[in-house]
Amino acid sequence: MSHFLAIIRRDIKLALRQGGGAPLAVAFFILVVTFFPLGIGPEHALLERISAGVVWVAALLAAMLSLDRLFQADFEDGGLDLLALSPLPLELIVVAKCTAHWLTTGLPLLIAAPVLALLLDMAPDGLAVLALAMLLGTPSLSLIGAIGAALTVGIRRGGVLLSLLVLPLYVPVLIFGAGAVEAATSALAPRPHLLILGALLLAALALAPWASAAALRLNLD
Amino acid sequence: MQRWANPNRFMKLTSALLPWCAGLSALLIGAGLFLGLFVAPPDYQQGESVRIMFVHVPSAWMALMIYTIMAAASAVGLIWKHPVADLVAKACAPIGASFTFVALVTGALWGQPMWGTWWVWDARLTSVLILLFLYVGYIALWQAFDDPSRAAKAAAILALVGFVNIPIIKFSVEWWNTLHQPASVAKLDGPSIHVSLLIPLLVMAAGFTAYFVTVLILRVQREILARRVRVLRLSQRTL
Repeated sequence: MSHFLAIIRRDIKLALRQGGGAPLAVAFFILVVTFFPLGIGPEHALLERISAGVVWVAALLAAMLSLDRLFQADFEDGGLDLLALSPLPLELIVVAKCTAHWLTTGLPLLIAAPVLALLLDMAPDGLAVLALAMLLGTPSLSLIGAIGAALTVGIRRGGVLLSLLVLPLYVPVLIFGAGAVEAATSALAPRPHLLILGALLLAALALAPWASAAALRLNLD
Repeated sequence: MQRWANPNRFMKLTSALLPWCAGLSALLIGAGLFLGLFVAPPDYQQGESVRIMFVHVPSAWMALMIYTIMAAASAVGLIWKHPVADLVAKACAPIGASFTFVALVTGALWGQPMWGTWWVWDARLTSVLILLFLYVGYIALWQAFDDPSRAAKAAAILALVGFVNIPIIKFSVEWWNTLHQPASVAKLDGPSIHVSLLIPLLVMAAGFTAYFVTVLILRVQREILARRVRVLRLSQRTL
């Protein structure tokens, strides 16, 4: 357990010191959300209608862009080789890194999301559900993204390939996350959507570390 | 299965099979097109445009079946390190992507007169589009690595992760309220379409399968030969 927490602490420290983590991801999130009213026009009804989807898509893109922070730096300086040799299984190391990644990227996005939703004129009923849906969804994004990050960790300029691999796998989280908020704003029950988001999180927690560790072992030989 | 891990044996068997598969596919597709275009009756509601079904539905079936074969071959390659299985998975992907594309395009061509729209974001169409992206990502991952054996393993992991999409596609018309019609053929209590439409459909499906096997054999043989060329080139450089 102490190894696990040590890895989380280390990754959080690195993320906070190196920068390029939370501040950049949130800045990107804010910029993308701002572009939509600038491009589509400020009409209230239209913005309210698209607010759930736009906030989710922007959060998804911001999370995806931060994914190469997950393994790349450790791979390049040899730290990942050492981690792979540690007594803690590589699968748990992946979970620890994803936890730290979520705390430094997903959590700031989650906090920023309701504020940005207000910029897009989202109805107030949707805000709480948005926060809850993102609380369930953003850890899945870190975990599923870890699979893509692990597969592309050794490839030069693997960033675009990472997007191509990971975005199709993100689609269920997007559909149910945006669906939960839209259900809440149209006085339907968001509960089924939230339950499915929870199920996706549990499935990702169980399966993604396994696939990511296999991909890391492959790239570390 | 381990018998076919020897590429030479694989090449011999498939070279013998190839003309038969090619002939069979030409025969079956020809027969299926004849039956579908001239023998099958027009639909009472859709008229003659129901005949797109005889291309659209078999392509969709092929798209799903090829992904399943790709995932199975990837698993075999990962678990048993079967060299030909990796190449089979690699060769399946472009064929599967093409069938998915054909299914989407023929579906759009059918949807325009029938539903009044080229596209709708319902569960079936969206998940098949995701399948196309998964195929493309798979092909891209193969090309991103310099070392082919590493590429094979990475692509195998991706193929297995993406396999969750297949049951989603299959059951999407049951789990969601979709514009795309529910299953009429592959149901637990048997097909519910008339035999005059079912026969051309199955003939076309068999023809497409034979075509897939033909092209797969050609592609895997090409991969094996390319691997030999690579080995020869490398050994030449080290002399």
